[in-house]
Amino acid sequence: MNTELVVDTHVGHEHGHADHGEHHHEHHEPHFLWKYVFSMDHKMICKQFLVTGIIWAVIGALMSVFFRLQLGFPNSTFPVMEKFLGEWARGGKLSPEFYYALVTMHGTILVFFVLTAGLSGTFANLLIPFQIGARDMASPFMNMLSYWFFFVASVIMLVSLFIETGPASGGWTTYPPLSALKEASLGSGLGMDLWLLGMALFVVSSLLGGLNYISTILNMRTKGMTMTRLPLTVWALLFTAVLGVLSFPVLFSGVVLLIFDRNFGTSFYLSEIFIGGKALPNVGGSPILYQHLFWFLGHPEVYIIMLPGMGMASEVLSTHSRKPIFGYFAMIISMVGITLLAFLVWAHHMFVSGMSPFLGSIFVLLTLLIAVPSAVKVFNWLTTMWRGNLKLNPPMMFAIGFVSMFISGGLTGLFLGNSAIDIHLHDTYFVIAHFHIVMGVSAFFGMFAGIYHWFPKMYGRMMNNTLGYIHFAITFIGAYLIFWPMHYEGIAGMPRRYYDYSAWESFKQFGEINSFISVVVVIVFFGQLVFVVNFFASIFYGKKLTNPNPWGSTTLEWTTPIEPIHGNWPGEVPEVHRWPYDYKDDGNGGDFISQITPLKDGEESH
Amino acid sequence: MSIFIIVLLTALVFIIIYQVGKASEHVSVLRGEDKLSYKTYNIIAWALVLVFVGGMYGLYICNEHFKDKMLPDAASVTGVNYDQMFKVTLITTGLVFFATQALLFWFAFRYKSTEGRKSFYFAHSNKLELLWTTVPAIAMAILVAFGLKNWAAQTSDAPADASVVEIVGKQFNWVVRYPGADNELGKRNYTLINEANNVLGLDWKDPHNMDDIISGTGELHVVVNKPVKLLINSRDVIHDVGLPHFRMKMDAVPGITTTIWFTPTITTDSMKAITKNPNFVYEISCDQMCGKGHYSMRGTVIVETPEQHKKWIESQKSYYVENHPETAPAAAPTAAPKADSVAKDKKVALK
Repeated sequence: MNTELVVDTHVGHEHGHADHGEHHHEHHEPHFLWKYVFSMDHKMICKQFLVTGIIWAVIGALMSVFFRLQLGFPNSTFPVMEKFLGEWARGGKLSPEFYYALVTMHGTILVFFVLTAGLSGTFANLLIPFQIGARDMASPFMNMLSYWFFFVASVIMLVSLFIETGPASGGWTTYPPLSALKEASLGSGLGMDLWLLGMALFVVSSLLGGLNYISTILNMRTKGMTMTRLPLTVWALLFTAVLGVLSFPVLFSGVVLLIFDRNFGTSFYLSEIFIGGKALPNVGGSPILYQHLFWFLGHPEVYIIMLPGMGMASEVLSTHSRKPIFGYFAMIISMVGITLLAFLVWAHHMFVSGMSPFLGSIFVLLTLLIAVPSAVKVFNWLTTMWRGNLKLNPPMMFAIGFVSMFISGGLTGLFLGNSAIDIHLHDTYFVIAHFHIVMGVSAFFGMFAGIYHWFPKMYGRMMNNTLGYIHFAITFIGAYLIFWPMHYEGIAGMPRRYYDYSAWESFKQFGEINSFISVVVVIVFFGQLVFVVNFFASIFYGKKLTNPNPWGSTTLEWTTPIEPIHGNWPGEVPEVHRWPYDYKDDGNGGDFISQITPLKDGEESH
Repeated sequence: MSIFIIVLLTALVFIIIYQVGKASEHVSVLRGEDKLSYKTYNIIAWALVLVFVGGMYGLYICNEHFKDKMLPDAASVTGVNYDQMFKVTLITTGLVFFATQALLFWFAFRYKSTEGRKSFYFAHSNKLELLWTTVPAIAMAILVAFGLKNWAAQTSDAPADASVVEIVGKQFNWVVRYPGADNELGKRNYTLINEANNVLGLDWKDPHNMDDIISGTGELHVVVNKPVKLLINSRDVIHDVGLPHFRMKMDAVPGITTTIWFTPTITTDSMKAITKNPNFVYEISCDQMCGKGHYSMRGTVIVETPEQHKKWIESQKSYYVENHPETAPAAAPTAAPKADSVAKDKKVALK
């Protein structure tokens, strides 16, 4: 029996084992350090990723509040900013250097630390062992290392915020030569070195995690859990991990070469540069090489962020519609398509970089191809809801919001993926609007849907519904109010990453709408705090779970006891007999049949 | 102190909100969970309808407000084609947007859970899936075909009669070089750059350089209805020549010369009349993050009639003469003194 395992890592588990007759030896409560800190239990590592992710999300969001204040009210001062940022906002006015540092760190934090580590780390850890019927990850030790590398990367990134020259400030893409030359900007000094070091460690964390997720899914499924009986969340997390394992090393190589160019006099990215009053000796390098290396990760990264959300939205939509996901196989095949194409579209970020226009046209074709599997997914989600029995709970609201955002942001991708249109929209607010909606907000909606849905599994308590609805309303309406008008600014050609537009004849007409957006940003920021309060308060005071399967879900994680135990199932891991979406009459008045229920006589498996 | 009070008040507001949320849980225990859930779903479903209707109205208002501001009049030949293609894409995606969002909100409203409601078991349909694989595929093919046709036109070689102008980005302004009377740009070497009298590193051994004109203020003078080809380069980090009115954009990369070409069709003066803005000016925006002054890296394009252009060219001195007033324009210059200083710089940089 699993209860013989020595290390128990879960909260509130003092009484659990006494119930089992097979359990003979005395149960040791593990030391705090092994239980909460250096835990190897997937459920605890999941919470570590999630809580770290939430802390990063609040920091990253607060940064956007600061730079939005500058963008919305370029002529005003905000003394409160000086309290937070000190010299960087002397007299309550953000300095241009720190504005760019904030923009850069906002992107880095949200893309990597929240929506990659915080999202994949949380849900891969929670759902993979639970939903495939495994007692833990293939390598719990590597899994623990994955978190701790992420933690060290986080500390380094955080430290870089407090150094004298400020954090990296060349944009989250950190294109050289700007990021390679200390003379080019303040943030290209120590801040940039810390950024590169942090990212290198982050890649290590991501690889340790990803390899573990893949081997766990492929090797540790319980009896009867064939690949075609896996919930879509697990499929999505599998493809996410594959993308990460194959593309993060390329970013790593790009980062290492940049470290060499910065510190050891090489010229991978540098050629014919005159800066700081002198001509540099470097010749023969190409800054465009870095862009290829960066975007070879950078584009798959978008799907690393999107796929878990897609998987969770599928699961949540199906469960709360009380209806099977429509086109299970089509959903898997479309994810295969997205995963393959994700590797073949990176240069659509570089249409106007000076890359050959012919190469550009090939990337146009491949990029717009990705719209096909995406469209299939959207229509399948809609059909899943069609004639369902929709329980409009907070997770369902966020899943619906996810689909809405994915449609809105996906469609604007058709503009940007087409080089002939991108040539005008590139690096304008249109791009900001596009990617914030499609991979920022929509990925967050997927994540929120997941958190509200699986919170009972994580903590044995419910999150508060009323607060969930309030959170949804503020976020959904607020996100559209913030990003919709940005499309218009972008179509007018307004460039991104500007500190102040008031000197520009072509763009100063958008001053009012910029102020409007900034006001909404502040409101939405406080709206997110409603979630944070709800999350942390519910851990301690949420309504206790009485039914181990509160949503009436078919998948395996809900067959485990409410009080989580090490090894997940008190007895044998249950055998799986059917696909994960049997939301139909069970013959006894119920509207779902769990995966562990054997097929009835004459019943056909899906 | 005021900060403390604000924090305290904010915390208080959150506590109140949380307590209100908690209260609803107690109510649900008292009244029976299921009944209350159906009631809640009903309210939420109606709220979604409200959000959808309000959202579409807001979208209409927003569109009315911005439709004149969003795409400024296209002032180039390719720009006019661009606008057409943009509109086709906008209409296509717009229709899909309305259809799918309407379905999403309608389904959420129509199929909300009510007492006794049963869902319809519908796991897949090959016909439907085939339909929504092929229709988007065909739509994409059409958009790609349109796009590649325009892309080929936008990135084709400039016509032979195009005037050639060089534009070089540096932190944080644009330097524009015209070929002068010989109609040819002389050679440049970045090691010869000198802030005082050779901002672009013109090689004075190349006679083509002698009549080249440089505008350090980022003024790009072009002739209306005459194609102009830009040779784009950067001195330090990556910049980007953004020309919103001409629907063109290209990165300025150190070590690489990139090009774009376009035919301006409306003079600056006519545009002032069209936009009814006496201050109107075609602007060159730097569209690639280049450092702390990125937002102020502004150039201008002056589209003029051939007569105006001729007059302007004649008023300009060549860069060489401007910086070597003591020498006659024809005298042979030497680059010798600079070689030393460059060598020294190299040593310093290598350390």
